[in-house]
Amino acid sequence: MSRARAVNLLLFAMLPVTALVALALDEPFIITLATKAAILALAGVGLNIALGLGGLVSLGHAAFFGLGGYAMGILAHHAQTFTPLMEAPFLIEGTKSMPVIWLTAAIIGAIAALLIGALSLRTSGVYFIMITLAFGQMLYYFAISWPAYGGEDGLSIYVRNGFPGLNTLDPIQFFAIVFTLLAVVLFLAGRLAAAPFGLALAAARQNPERVETVGLSPYRLRLLAFVISGAITALAGTLFADLNRFVSPTMLSWHMSGEIMIFVILGGVGRLYGPVAGAALFILLEHILGGLSDFWHVYLGLLLLLVVLFARGGMIGALAGREVAHD
Amino acid sequence: MTEPLLQIEGLHKSFGALKATDDVSLMLVPGEIHALIGPNGAGKSTLIKQIAGGLAPDAGTIRFAGEDITALPTPARARAGLGRTFQISSLAMEYTVLQNAVLGAVGQRGSVWRFFKPVMGDTELRATAMAALERVGLADHATTRTAELSHGQRRLLEVAVALTLKPRAFLMDEPMAGLGASGSKRLTGFLDGLRREAPILLVEHDMDAVFALADRISVLVYGKVIATGTGDEIRANPQVREAYLGEEDAA
Repeated sequence: MSRARAVNLLLFAMLPVTALVALALDEPFIITLATKAAILALAGVGLNIALGLGGLVSLGHAAFFGLGGYAMGILAHHAQTFTPLMEAPFLIEGTKSMPVIWLTAAIIGAIAALLIGALSLRTSGVYFIMITLAFGQMLYYFAISWPAYGGEDGLSIYVRNGFPGLNTLDPIQFFAIVFTLLAVVLFLAGRLAAAPFGLALAAARQNPERVETVGLSPYRLRLLAFVISGAITALAGTLFADLNRFVSPTMLSWHMSGEIMIFVILGGVGRLYGPVAGAALFILLEHILGGLSDFWHVYLGLLLLLVVLFARGGMIGALAGREVAHD
Repeated sequence: MTEPLLQIEGLHKSFGALKATDDVSLMLVPGEIHALIGPNGAGKSTLIKQIAGGLAPDAGTIRFAGEDITALPTPARARAGLGRTFQISSLAMEYTVLQNAVLGAVGQRGSVWRFFKPVMGDTELRATAMAALERVGLADHATTRTAELSHGQRRLLEVAVALTLKPRAFLMDEPMAGLGASGSKRLTGFLDGLRREAPILLVEHDMDAVFALADRISVLVYGKVIATGTGDEIRANPQVREAYLGEEDAA
């Protein structure tokens, strides 16, 4: 087994081991922290497809994260108030079923990414960053000013949504659901990176001219990557809202986009398990440093600075070495 | 004479007051190597860019295999069968040599919208890629990172990627640059045979290679084609001697 593989396996096992130890020690709060790390890792895996594989520096991923959150919030809100979401032209009712909410969130995330991507991917560099940021902030201010779903105060969901056959209120069972989703998405993202699409997408990041010369359109490759990325991040958003049983415009704010990007950079841009490492480290720091000082973000900032200056491959790069090209 | 595969008529391109391409008309017929020579700044690369895509001409038409491709974007021109190599190597530098060649094979097969099957495990794509690398003599470097290749080897990889595309015509912008004497001689021999597969529009500074290979030569000076003809005709042309070849003799 190569060192990179061992590091990945270790990172992957770290979350469930933490959760199980916490279960044995009867520390449900720690299980919740592990769940939060897994959810943020999932959002990072989503962003990493655009950022790491495609080289698309999106500062608007909170839009997808928040849309996922609101998809859950709105559906669950209508279910708990027994009011239909929409009556004409056809009846749509709220739901408390996780699989239905996940699917809805992923589709909404994908559609939003298609619209935002179709416009913003016509630009590049700083303009791309600014346009994605602008779209994200547009949704943020919309959510604040729209009173139907709580506006600035957000929406509270009284009981966590259900999953057939499981008790989602039990922290370890909810963790199991979240972690299984993370594992499935990691597997699929790994396959995606190794597939013809992944090869061409990463080539478009390195040299778009080369990709055009072999007859492929970098724009289309990037747009699809952005859509997949948006769908995964929206899925993470629903889970995050479900964990807190609360969704508010904060999830849509650009701070959130920045945080997701921080996990990816801390863990290792373009590395499959990078977001897992980054999100776990972030939660750990938030918990430990946050307990010591209210100004723990200063130390996070220092760490980020060190990683960007001295460990370009992030945590994974430092632990497993530079990525070896396949074949 | 056979029907031209690539036909350029009345092409114009100006950058401000500078006429980079000034009423250029030329054609490429099946089976030939058509060399494009001219002093630095004559507009050779600008012309290649307009043919391959990426730079829109101000006026004129480019027809390829009977189709007007003047308005087509670069990827569509590549899919139509234009295999281009760049003057300054344009490759995915983080990839291995083999990955770059496989990328070409993926583009040729149009199989990029596949999301789960590992591309490097596809025996057919690998075979196409390896065959192309073998032809240019890079098979031994298949697992080398492209960034670690020498300048000359990168030029060969450009040619190999173009081969994986199975193009109907090649556009080669100074493929010999950086190859050294023996490498240049080897590539000359290879291109000599390649013209039977697909004609080549060759921009080249290596005059030995040009005169050894070209069926026809066009001389570009200040964006204008001042002469087109066989090697002997070009050598004997007084205008060309003055504008280009003479300068080199003097230098």
